[in-house]
Parts: sequence; C-alpha cells; structure tokens
Amino acid sequence: MFKVTINGLDIEVEKGTTVFEAAEKAGIYIPTLCHHPDLPTFGGCRVCMVDADGKIVTACRAPVTDGMVVKTDTEEVSKVRLSNVELLLASHNKDCQSCTRNNSCRLQEVSAFVGINQERMRQIRRSVEPVKPDDSNPFFHRDFTRCILCGICIRTCQEINGVAAIDFAFRGFHTKVSVLGDKPIKDSHCESCGECLVRCPTGALYLSRPETPEREVESVCTYCGVGCGIKLGVRGDRVVHVEGNRDNEVNRGDLCVKGRFGFDFINHPERLKTPLIKKDGIFVEASWDEALDFVADKMSDIKSKHGADALGGISSARCSSEETYLFQKIFRALGTNNVDHCARL
Amino acid sequence: MIQKFDAIEKEAVAAMEEKQNNDIPQIYVGCATCGNATGAQSVVQTIKNKLDKENVTAEIKEVGCIGMCFAEVLVDVIKPGRPRISYQDVTPEKAEEIIDSYILNDDHRPDLALGFFGEGGPEDIEQIDTGDVFKNQQRVILKNCGVIDPENINEYIARGGYKGLAEALEMKQEEIIGVLKDSGLRGRGGAGFPAGRKWESCLKPQADQKYVICNADEGDPGAFMDRSVLEGDPHSVIEGMIIAGYTIGSSKGYFYVRAEYPLAINRLRKALAQAREKNLLGENILGTGFDFDLEIFQGAGAFVCGESTALVMSIEGNRGWPKPLPRPRTTEQGLWDKPTLLNNVKTFSVVPQILSKGADWFKSIGTEGSPGTAVFALTGTINRSGLIEVPMGIELKKIIYEVGGGILNDRKFKAVQTGGPSGGCLPEDKLHLSVDFDTLVEAGSMMGSGGMVVIDETTCMVDVARYFLDFTFEESCGQCVPCRQGTQQMLEVLNDICEGRGREGDIEHLLELGDSIIKSSICGLGQTAPNPVLSTVQYFRDEYEAHIRDHACPALVCKNLIVFTIDEEKCTACGRCRKACPVEAISGEKKVPHKIDQSKCTKCGICFQECPERFSAVVRLTGKENLAAAARGRLSDV
Repeated sequence: MFKVTINGLDIEVEKGTTVFEAAEKAGIYIPTLCHHPDLPTFGGCRVCMVDADGKIVTACRAPVTDGMVVKTDTEEVSKVRLSNVELLLASHNKDCQSCTRNNSCRLQEVSAFVGINQERMRQIRRSVEPVKPDDSNPFFHRDFTRCILCGICIRTCQEINGVAAIDFAFRGFHTKVSVLGDKPIKDSHCESCGECLVRCPTGALYLSRPETPEREVESVCTYCGVGCGIKLGVRGDRVVHVEGNRDNEVNRGDLCVKGRFGFDFINHPERLKTPLIKKDGIFVEASWDEALDFVADKMSDIKSKHGADALGGISSARCSSEETYLFQKIFRALGTNNVDHCARL
Repeated sequence: MIQKFDAIEKEAVAAMEEKQNNDIPQIYVGCATCGNATGAQSVVQTIKNKLDKENVTAEIKEVGCIGMCFAEVLVDVIKPGRPRISYQDVTPEKAEEIIDSYILNDDHRPDLALGFFGEGGPEDIEQIDTGDVFKNQQRVILKNCGVIDPENINEYIARGGYKGLAEALEMKQEEIIGVLKDSGLRGRGGAGFPAGRKWESCLKPQADQKYVICNADEGDPGAFMDRSVLEGDPHSVIEGMIIAGYTIGSSKGYFYVRAEYPLAINRLRKALAQAREKNLLGENILGTGFDFDLEIFQGAGAFVCGESTALVMSIEGNRGWPKPLPRPRTTEQGLWDKPTLLNNVKTFSVVPQILSKGADWFKSIGTEGSPGTAVFALTGTINRSGLIEVPMGIELKKIIYEVGGGILNDRKFKAVQTGGPSGGCLPEDKLHLSVDFDTLVEAGSMMGSGGMVVIDETTCMVDVARYFLDFTFEESCGQCVPCRQGTQQMLEVLNDICEGRGREGDIEHLLELGDSIIKSSICGLGQTAPNPVLSTVQYFRDEYEAHIRDHACPALVCKNLIVFTIDEEKCTACGRCRKACPVEAISGEKKVPHKIDQSKCTKCGICFQECPERFSAVVRLTGKENLAAAARGRLSDV
C-alpha cells in the first residue's frame, strides 16, 4: 500500500492507483471532462491537472507513488484548469436552455467548479462554427457545436461495444468525431446501441425525442433471452425513456439498440394485451385462464389420440432464459423432446 | 580493421583514383532540391548536349547542396591539375559559355565565377573556402554535401565513409556508447538530449526485437537541413544507423521521411541498394554475423509526427498523436512496444566520424556543454541565404553579418528567429549570444533543429508571431485542449491586433494563455507553440501596444492599419502607379499630382513598389488619425 497526502489528508491506496482514483477515495473532487470510469484514460482535456510533488500532472493518468504529496488547489493548478475550461467554452454553443443536457452537463458542472468569470470571458474570442447537426439517425442526433472532443464516445464504441464506428478525423481545431468518410452516421456501421449517448458529458449526442420522466420503474428488457436490467422512465401512464440498470449483474447498464430505443410498442394502440382465440375464423380476445384451458385441452386431446411425440413446442426469442428453460421442462414433462426456439429457425 | 572492408575501401579508392588520373575535366552541378528548383536539371542537360556536340569527354557529377543557396544554380569545374572553380547563377546559356571559354579554351571567366576552392587559383577571383562564407564555418555533418556524387557509394567510401562502421563492428557495444558519451554528442533534433545516454538506455532492455528510427520528418517553415543531408550525403546517415543497430542490438531500422521529400527518398533508396550490394547492409554485414536492414517509411506531412511518440504511432498505422505522460520511454517501449532508438538525421550522420576520429576530436569543436557543430538553414532578409554549418558557441552576430553577409539592401536588423515555430525571436541586443543548446533557451528562444530566419525593420513582429502561430494552429494534432483551442485563441487575438481590433488587456491575455498552454499541453508542439508570441512580447512589446492603442503598425506591414497616399509635392505625375494599380484606385492626369481613392484601394502595395525611388511619392501612413482621415476620404488634412 502507498501512503499519499492529498490536500493534507493522508490516505492509503494500492500500488497502480491513479491520483484521480486516490482523490476520489479521499472524497476530494477533481474536475475532469474526458475521464470516464468505464473506459481507458485519454488525458486530452487537461482539466484534471493537479500538483503532484511540485509537478503539474494529469490526475487521471498519473499513478501515485509512495509518499506523494498532491495539491489540487494551488494557484498554478487553478489557473491552468480555468484557462482550459475557458478555451472550451470559447468554441462551445452557449445556448444551454435549448440543450437536452441543461443541468446535467459535465461542462456546466466543471465550469461552475473552476469559477468562470464573465470579466475574463469578455477578453476571450468566441468562435463557434455553425455546423448543422447530424440528424440522420432516428434515435439520437449529433450536435458538433456542443462537442468538446473528449473522445468518450469513441472509446465507448471501441472498448464497450467493440464496433469502432467513429473516430477522430481531421486535425487541430478542425478535429471532429466522424464516421469513415465523414458521412452521416446512418451510413456507417454504427449499431445505434446508444452507449456513446449515455456517456457523452455534454449535449453533443442527444435523443431525437427527449422526454423527461416523472418516475422510474425497474424492469427487465423483453427483447431477448439475455434479460438486461432496465429502468423504465414513466410520464403519466406512458413509458418515455429506457435506461440500462448499472446495478444489474447481467448487463451492468449496457443495452442494445432494441432495449434502449425500441419501447414504442409499450404504448402502441395495436399492442396485444390479452390472448386471442380463433372462433369461427376470427380472433377474439380471451382471458389468460380461458386461453390456458383451451391450450391444455387441445394438447391432452392430441396426446391421447396420437401420442406425446405428436406435440411440439417453439419458444419465442423474446422469452428470458429462465422462461425458455421452463418451457422445455413442460414439454419433456408431457413426454416429448420436440422443443425448439424461433431464433434457430 | 575487418578484412572485408579493406577490400571494399581499396576498390572504392582505386575507382576514384582512376577517374582523377583520367585527365578529363570534372563538372559538378548542385542538384539538390534547391538547385533543381532554380533549374539545375536543364543546366545538366545543356552541359551534356554541349559536350556531345563539341565531342569533349568530361565527367558530370550531380552533387548535393554545398549550402550557397543564394548563388544557385552552382556549376563547379575542375580541370586536371587546376583548382575547383565555382560559377554562380548559371543558366543553360551561361553553361554553354563556360564550356566554350573555360573547358574548350582557357578563359576561366571571372565575370561568371563566384570563386575557387583550395589554393593556387586565378588571382582575379576570390578563394571561397577562406572567404566570408566559409571561414567561420566548419563542415563536419555537411563535409560531403556538394562535394561527392550522392548516388555513388564509392565516392563516400573513398572519403572515409563506412570506416566508422568497420571500426564499430570490432568494438564492444559498451565501448561505442562510451565513445559517444565521452564525445558529449547531443541530439540534433532540437532538444539536445545526450545521444550516448539515449543509446545506453536502449541497449539495456532485453527484447527479441529492437528498432532504430531516423527522424527525417523535418517540417519547420524555412528549414531544410535534414533534407540537404539526405540529398547530399545519404550514406552518412545510413552508416550512423547501422552503427546504432549494432550498438543497441537491433536488426531493423526505419527512415521516417516525409513524402514531400521525393528526391531525398529516391537517393536514399539508391544508397540503400548500393550499401546492400557491398554487404554493408542486410544479412551478415561484412561477414561479422550482424544482420541489419533499413526501410523507408513515408510520412504524410504532419508536423506533429516529428514528435517521437507521434512518429511511432504513425509508423504503426495509427493517427499521428503523441502519447500523453506518463508513458513508457520510447527507448524501452517504442515502436510496436519494442525498445526503439530514435535520433535526428544529423545526429546519425555525425556518429561515424566520431567513431573514426575519436571523441576528443569531436569535443575540440564547439563548446563544453554543446560540442560539435550546428547546421542552420539561414534564410530571411539576408544577403547570403543558405545552408551553413558552424561550430557551436559562435556568436549570432558572426553568423548573420559574416557568414550571411548582413541584411539585404542594407536595411536595419530587427530580430533573428531560431528554432522555427517552437523557437523565439531575439532582438539586436542579444546578437552577442552564442549559439548552443542552453544559451538560446535562456534568452527565450531555442536551437531547434536548425531554422534561422533573419528579420529586418520592414517586418512587423506581431505579424511574425501571427505567422508562426498560424503554423502551429494548422499543425496542432487536436488531442489536447490547450494546444487545439489555445493556439486558435492566440491566433484570433493576434488577427484582431493586426487588423485593428485589439483590445486593452490582450497582451496580458496572450501571456496568460501562453503560460497555460506551455504548462498543460501534452507534447512539445503545444509546450513550445506560444514561444514566438511570448518572445516577441518580451522584446517588442511596444509594437503590440502601438497596434492595440494607436492602431499603428510601426513596420507599416499590417494592411488594415496602413493607408497608401501620394505626396502631392513629390509626385511628378509620371503615371506609373496609376497604370500599375490593379483596381484603378489612382486617378490623375499628366502634370497633375495623382490621388488614391481610399474607398477603392485594396492596399496591395503595387503603387508603392512602382513609384521610382528618386521620387518616393507614394507613402504609407499608419495610426488612428490617418486611418480615420482615410475613411473620411480626407487624408490630405492630416
């Protein structure tokens, strides 16, 4: 274990811990824009700079050494952090009210922490290039005037989803997050999983139909057997938002395009809410008891007339693994091994 | 000495001697990129045709750059038993004249000659090697440039080439490092890191593969030292790299050359093939069992790829981004995570000579802290621009006024910029400073890899700072905020100042930004990007203040802050300015003094240039009052 002193607080941390993690452990806030706990460090925003043994380093990358003395609030550190945040704001769309991330924006949080001063900002030349947002994707859009080039979306796409649909393109001040050939994102191999969107610290990636929920309901995604934990955002009696549940062991918050964005069916007027039984050639709504009785009768009838192997069951891919397990159990209990799954067809 | 090398050397010397005993004239034409750009290739063709026509046998050598760029195209003639006579500004027509007069007859044409090398030349022309250009120079790295045919390995070997390698192959690796450390050689890429220590830290790690990389990604505006060495003496660099490979235990090396250097790449390719043919490169070098080969990797021209970690990323096929600290040293984990030795072209090229002549010889040149020589690309408003090599420790003054021949058109010196976009501008009272790695840094500039731009009184220092900032702004890789956004912010402020929109507090704003960019950028590009601004503020603050407070450009350069007008009393109504004006802003008739319509004037400055010096009737004015009067159309009121 290494002994580290941060702002006068002594703590012990394991070898290999970064200054940022050590500070977190000591309960000390260090502002950062490009660091994300799910991802490898980047070190590009230069906002998490601290004084470590008299040297200015990036807290997110610098490993602690035994006996290290860290100061996060020296005059020099404050100046550098402030300058870098001011520079980002100089080319950032300042219309926060219309931004979907107003009040949940990391840039706002960090700006407030470093203490943006209007007097100083007046000296700064602003230059926000008016670029049209990329609205080619039906689920989320990209607003380049709000992008701070932290690279979190890029690392997410590479490290978490393993797709690498986006990367930095061009150079210097003209750098942007781009798909191959700087095309609209719908023309890339982006799978629209939305993991980047979740991690974007600003409003550069935003939902195409954002609605703020009133309350949250924990649930399990019904799309496939994985059974990802989700949090349904509800407004009135409508589901308006889906978020991965980071506390769920199965998916730890990650979702795919269907689970995250495919929730329209829940409130859809044509959604089936009861079983249907065909009577005189027409499907008629029935209760669950009615439907189960109907199926049980038919199956018993077939089994007694033709034997158990005349029965067969096909399970749905939208069942959870547990449900699929139970399904095959029923059929084996009925005396047949004729069990299959729609995803195999 | 390795026997196999003795044979190679003998063969080369014999080949050279045979040529010299041939009793035929030798003609050298400077055919580096600088020469070719001024028409050397058509001169070569003309000479060949002419010799054919006259039925004269002579040897024509396309040599590299001897450094006298001000005199290109250079043609040198050595008649048997005579010294080498150099002819300057040669055109195809002049080349024919030289052949007629000097080769076919015996008139050495003093009117066309620049001078002669060595002793015993004609009295009516100057001896070049003892003259102003060369007397303060010491050619070590450039000793073969402009002298040998870079495409003929025998010429290199006959002048002592590959001897350093042959000797090194009989030394222990630690011994070689010992010599390098003892010599005090510091890396010529700019930072001046001790080469011996770098090589040593690359020898230590155990690895199945190590790499040697030559950084030839020269990209500073106005710098062409590395290119000239590669074009003029490629084998010296190759030899240095083979020695490096042997020393650290590497079997593979890369030349990282920018694709904008096609001639250098071409000559390197030929040189590599010749070295392989002679068993100086490839498998089982000189029968010692040591394998080493070199490959050329063409860079796509990003300035940041001169930074070692970005260069490595680029070879690996990644985006050329520097790796942020903390990171493993390149010498321990470089290319493909293997120990990698990366040095500049000039560093490698001097190593063979240190090994063959000894550390003491190298230490005898230059200063204690910075032994050896410095190669500079001397440009700007100077009489003799070119490629020079001077011993470290020489005064800036000597370089500018003696080697460079002083300021063009006898104008007043204002500043000298060294270190390219990472360096700074030094004013007249710093000209006594000596050129070495440490002194220039203390004064707010740096050696850099060797660009030296001389600036005279007709140049605006704010504009100079803007020029360099514009370069780093364009070349910033975009990875970190301070460099990406900070250079853009500084450039915007400088644009504003130059265009009359400067505000009170801008100078302090620039200084604060500069400080933060230096402290928080990832790599050397960002950490040095503010230097041109900081050093010009330090030494020429009054010019910044004049721009901001009075909207005045003291050097009369910044277009938005100057107006052109015609002095009625001096104007003789010759009409030259009127005819030359591309936007018809000048009116006037015969015998009536001309006038400039300020609403039409685009401030191109053509009228100013056209007005004969004896009249000097077109004048430039600057400052708030003049600008306001011009805007009102009543400049004559002022």
